[in-house]
Formats: sequence, structure tokens, C-alpha cells
Amino acid sequence: MESESEAKVDGETASDSESRTESAPLPVSADDTPEVLNRALSNLSSRWKNWWVRGILTLAMIAFFFIIIYLGPMVLMIIVMCVQIKCFHEIITIGYNVYHSYDLPWFRTLSWYFLLCVNYFFYGETVTDYFFTLVQREEPLRILSKYHRFISFTLYLIGFCMFVLSLVKKHYRLQFYMFGWTHVTLLIVVTQSHLVIHNLFEGMIWFIVPISCVICNDIMAYMFGFFFGRTPLIKLSPKKTWEGFIGGFFATVVFGLLLSYVMSGYRCFVCPVEYNNDTNSFTVDCEPSDLFRLQEYNIPGVIQSVIGWKTVRMYPFQIHSIALSTFASLIGPFGGFFASGFKRAFKIKDFANTIPGHGGIMDRFDCQYLMATFVNVYIASFIRGPNPSKLIQQFLTLRPDQQLHIFNTLQSHLIDKGMLTSTTEDE
Amino acid sequence: VLMLCFSVLGIQVKCFHEIITIGYRVYHSYDLPWFRTLSWYFLLCVNYFFYGETVADYFATFVQREEQLQFLIRYHRFISFALYLAGFCMFVLSLVKKHCRLQFYMFAWTHVTLLIIVTQSHLVIQSLFEGMIWFLLPISSVICNDITAYLFGFFFGRTPLIKLSPKKTWEGFIGGFFSTVVFGFIAAYVLSKYQYFVCPVEYRSDVNSFVTECEPSELFQLQNYSLPPFLKAVLRQERVSLYPFQIHSIALSTFASLIGPFGGFFASGFKRAFKIKDFANTIPGHGGIMDRFDCQYLMATFVHVYIASFIRGPNPSKVLQQLLVLQPEHQLNIYKTLKIHLIEKGILQPALKV
Repeated sequence: MESESEAKVDGETASDSESRTESAPLPVSADDTPEVLNRALSNLSSRWKNWWVRGILTLAMIAFFFIIIYLGPMVLMIIVMCVQIKCFHEIITIGYNVYHSYDLPWFRTLSWYFLLCVNYFFYGETVTDYFFTLVQREEPLRILSKYHRFISFTLYLIGFCMFVLSLVKKHYRLQFYMFGWTHVTLLIVVTQSHLVIHNLFEGMIWFIVPISCVICNDIMAYMFGFFFGRTPLIKLSPKKTWEGFIGGFFATVVFGLLLSYVMSGYRCFVCPVEYNNDTNSFTVDCEPSDLFRLQEYNIPGVIQSVIGWKTVRMYPFQIHSIALSTFASLIGPFGGFFASGFKRAFKIKDFANTIPGHGGIMDRFDCQYLMATFVNVYIASFIRGPNPSKLIQQFLTLRPDQQLHIFNTLQSHLIDKGMLTSTTEDE
Repeated sequence: VLMLCFSVLGIQVKCFHEIITIGYRVYHSYDLPWFRTLSWYFLLCVNYFFYGETVADYFATFVQREEQLQFLIRYHRFISFALYLAGFCMFVLSLVKKHCRLQFYMFAWTHVTLLIIVTQSHLVIQSLFEGMIWFLLPISSVICNDITAYLFGFFFGRTPLIKLSPKKTWEGFIGGFFSTVVFGFIAAYVLSKYQYFVCPVEYRSDVNSFVTECEPSELFQLQNYSLPPFLKAVLRQERVSLYPFQIHSIALSTFASLIGPFGGFFASGFKRAFKIKDFANTIPGHGGIMDRFDCQYLMATFVHVYIASFIRGPNPSKVLQQLLVLQPEHQLNIYKTLKIHLIEKGILQPALKV
């Protein structure tokens, strides 16, 4: 058929150009270690030097992590946002490098515009939920939130039309590739960061424990692999070993248990973040839910003989932390393999050179992104009930007869449960 | 109604198949059998996720009765995510060194296709549940626009519209716009009379089927409008009775005429970029299913967004369902707040203090 032969001809061109780009690998990122470190470590052998650089930067990042936790939820949100922007930037730059599409300036603008739109949409949805009372007060905010979906969609449409109008005959295929690339990147990066913020609002512990588990798994697997590594894990990443994988798994579970024990004691980590409209700031003050109250558990017989205790006092949250750590250890590495395969496919060594010794931001966060989705899904399925203020908000927009109907149903339900004494007429 | 849902599903599957096949041809990745399986698997996962969310909302009463369904619904997100993860891990494990780049391309291709097709079809079904008119009118507006733009272009076409599609002309565009608005107006008038089209689709558990019976909302009740002066002079009528819905139909038709063609241009650019004439050969003379539906997909999103912003309030049964899941203290708080609100509005007579 005519179309098939045409496709074949073009297909050959496509694979030709691909093989051409494959034969000329993209420039390997240079070693960016700051001068200071270089001088301090100049007398060590290259292998250990690399180890030290990575180690120091790891500690620096962990310290940074602690600092931003200390600074509170608002700062955390901003940091997540910045990380997201940087990741997006890194991946888009790779796309440009791969496709040599520097000479399509429209497309840079469009990619950032789409990033803005999607962020606006997501943050609008979150803001409407959590800042409900604040939003109702301010007139312009109320209009924005009521027509939020419409406004976001219009903004997206404008970007879409600009894309269609900017299609240039010579570069069609390239432009469609970049369009697809941008959208997949948005899908991965923006949804994840949005879910991270959602988790954060549930309580900072839901943000801190998963991220620390992934970091811990990374570090432990590396350590175990370094000292005991022998059997390679997967062809894709020759440096990973089964010993590292399993050792990291156990270490992370233990770490998760200990960390959640420590953190469950503090209100500021455990309570959902709420916006207090009187003080106009975020507060984390509440009555800790059941999850975070010590309970007695009977140890099953088999462990009883080992540890010699009859019962143990734990937070129920620690049981959840086992699930979280397990996920971090088992599936997190898959995120890393995915990123390694991606780097291998596009012949790049690191995503960028932002952190010396570690490559770009994306390198650090590749394992995280599946974790964020998992935590959100976990919370939605097992922990969280619907948000009461959101329900009130929805209720108030219903029609009066629907409101009455719901009210009556709720009333009979509460009377059934014995929470209300039956009242007189309400018809 | 059920038939419509199935048709939408069938179309979605076919569109997905067409686009994926193009991807295979472009990248010559026939020899990666794993990937075919994985693409279809992801399609299944995403559909499961979306339909589960819808089913949970609309079949709330039915679901509460069946024990297994209840279990599935409660852990729905978790199950969908686990399924997706399994597919993701299979993808990572299936990465072959030689074909890395190709595999990533196909992975991305699959995901973008899913994003476009499955979300659209899901939104179409949601709009359908609002009332069949929300499904019929937008789709017919787009089809009408296609046809009338073609006719106008055929008879009067002179100035080309865009380099991308040399066959489209400005005359066709504008002519199509006006005729679609008029068509939408008339079709809305005709359809608004029938309860069958206008009512939200509900699932009645006693009858075990879909029911479209209700008190038509204000949108679908004739109202008198005073005409603005200049129209008064033209039509020589003081007032006209219209369905408010017809005003919305003008908005829908406008969107169909103005933005729908952009979907068509997008698809034309896509075909031009990948050097294919039609998406497939399913319909003789028209090309594949995707050719017919390329303009529709932005429309579906628009209708959904429109309904969400301007028409629909939250679904009462969903609100109730969520209320019943809350903890008793929260329920009591909400109850008190609601009571105050309803008394203020005069819907409730003030009762004795509880």
C-alpha cells in the first residue's frame, strides 16, 4: 500500500538519523567538583576520592533536608516546587540535546508555559481544598476557584493552539516529539510533586518517613554492595548487587521502624497541616489520631521466644512504616533502573551537573517518584477519610432540596448511632 | 445508555490500537512482542482505574450491597496502582540493551496515547451521565461543523486557512461556525423537551437498570427572555421563550467550531509528520476511526470542564456517602453546622435545642 511504503521510506530515515546520533554520543558531563574539595582530597586515590566526594555531599544534602524540615511546611512546599522545576528543566534540556532542537525557540517557551498551566491547575485544586475559608473571604479568589477548571483548561488550550499554529513544515516530526516529551515529563514530574504536597498536608511524617526510607535504602544498598557485593542484580545497572539489594531492604525496614517510633512522639510531625485563618499561618496542632498512640501488641509466639518479651508497645504507624519501607526497598530501585535505562538509552552519564559527585537533581529523585504516588495511594486506601471541610463546602453548593434530603439522612443516621437524641419536627 | 457506554469503550480501544500501530510502524518495533502486551496491559490498567472511580460514584447503592464489590471499591486506588506498578516493573525488566531507546520511545508513546484517548473517553462517559443531551449535542455539533465547513469550503472556498491543511478555507471556517451555532440552537430546542435526554442517568437498584426520569432542572424549563432592542426590531417580538440550555448550546457550538478544527489540524500535522495519509483503513473513504474522532477529543474535555464550572454542583449521593464514612465526632460537627445553615436559609424550622 502506498502509505506503508511511504512509512517505510521515512522509517528508514528515522532509524538512520537515530543511528547517526547514536554513533556520536552526547558529551559526557565533566567533573564539577569544587576546588576546595579537590585540593583537600588530592592525595587520595581516585576511587576513594570519589567515595569521599559522594559522602560529603550526601551529608550536606541530609543536613539541608533537616534544615528545611525545621523551617516548616510552607518552606517545604516551596522547596518541592523548586525541585520540580529543576527536574523538569533537566529532562527538557536532555530532550533538546537529543533532538538538536535548539533552533525552535517557540518550543522552549511552550514547554515552560505548559508547566505553568499544569502547576496552576494542580495547585488550584489543592488550594481550594485546604484554604477553603480564606478563599471564601476574598472575592477574586472565590471567582478563581469556582471557575478554576475552566480557567486552567482555557490556558492549556491557548498553549495547544499555539503549538498547532507553530508547526513548521520542515520540523513537524521534531515538534511532535518535543510535544510528547514535554507531556510525559509533566506527567511524571508534576503529578509526583503534587502528590508529595498532598502527603505533606496529611502530616509531615507522611512526607519525611517515605523520603528518608528511599534515601536510606539508596545509601544502605550502596554500602552493602560496596563491602559485600558479589552477584550482579540486573544487566541494566552493573553496579547494583543482590547483596546490596537484600541488605538495603532489611536495613531500611529497621530504620523505618526506628524513625517512625521517634517521630510519632512529636505533634508537629504527626498532625495534618491546617491553615488557621485567625492567625493566617499554618498550624500543626491537633489530637493525635489512633495511628499515633502507643498501643500494646502481643508478640507472636515465634518472636516471643527470641526477644523474651510478652508484649511490646508500638505505634500502629510503625506497622504502616514497614509497608512503606518495603515498598521503598523493593520498588524504589526499579525507579532507579528506569532512570539508568533512560540514561543508557540516550547515552548520557548524568542528568545534569548540579550536585558534584552526584549528577543532577533528577538523579537523586529518580527513586522517589514512584514512592510519592505509593504513599498517596496508601493513604487514600488505608488511612484517610474524606475531608470534613471539603464536604461542608460541597454541601453548601447543593440545591436546597438536596441539602434537606442529606440533612435528614444524616440526622437519622446519627440518631441510629445514638449520637443524637431524637428531636422534634424538622420537615 | 449501556450501549452508548460500550460503544465509547469500543471506539477508545480502536483508536488506541490505531495509534499504537502507527507507533510500531514508525519505529519498526514489531520484533518487541513484549511491548505489544505491555501497551494493552497499560490500557487495561488505566481503564480499570477510571471506570472504577466512576462506578464507585454512580453505583453507590448497588456497590454497598455486594461484599466483594465493596472491597474492590475501598482499595480501588491501591489495586489500580499495584496493577500499574506490575506493568512498570515488567517494562524495566524487559529493557534490552540494544533497543533501549526504542523501548523508551514506545513507553512514552503509549503513555501519551493513553493520556489523550482514555481521559477523553472517560470524560465523555461522565458527561453522558449528566444527561444524554450533554453527550449528543457536543458530538453532533462537531460533526455538523465538519460537514458544513466542508460544504461551505466546497462551494465558496477561496482563501486557505492554514498551511497545514490546504483544503481548509476561511469561508468554510466561518460558514461552518454560523451554521453550527444555528444547528446547535435548534437541536437543543428539540432535545430539551424530552426527559429521556435531559435527565441525569441514574442507576436504580430496585429496577436494576438505568433510569432517566426526573424533574427537569431549571436549565430545561422554558423561560421567557426579553429580547435586546436590536433583535426586537429584527424579529418583531417582545419576548421569546427559550430553554436556558440553548444559551449554553451557543457556547458549546462556538467551541466546536473554533477549537474543534484545531484538533483536526493537530491530527493533520501528526499525519504529515509521520508521513501517513490516514490513520487506518477502517471506514472506506474516511480513513480510520481516529480520523473521525480527532476533532472530538478536545470537545469532550471542554464539555466536562464546562459542566463542572458552570452547571453541576457536587453529586448529592457522593456527598452523603462521604459523610457516612467520617468519624462520629466529625459527623456531629457537620450536622450542627448544616443545621445552622439550613435554619438561616429558612429551609428548616428552628427546632428545640438538641
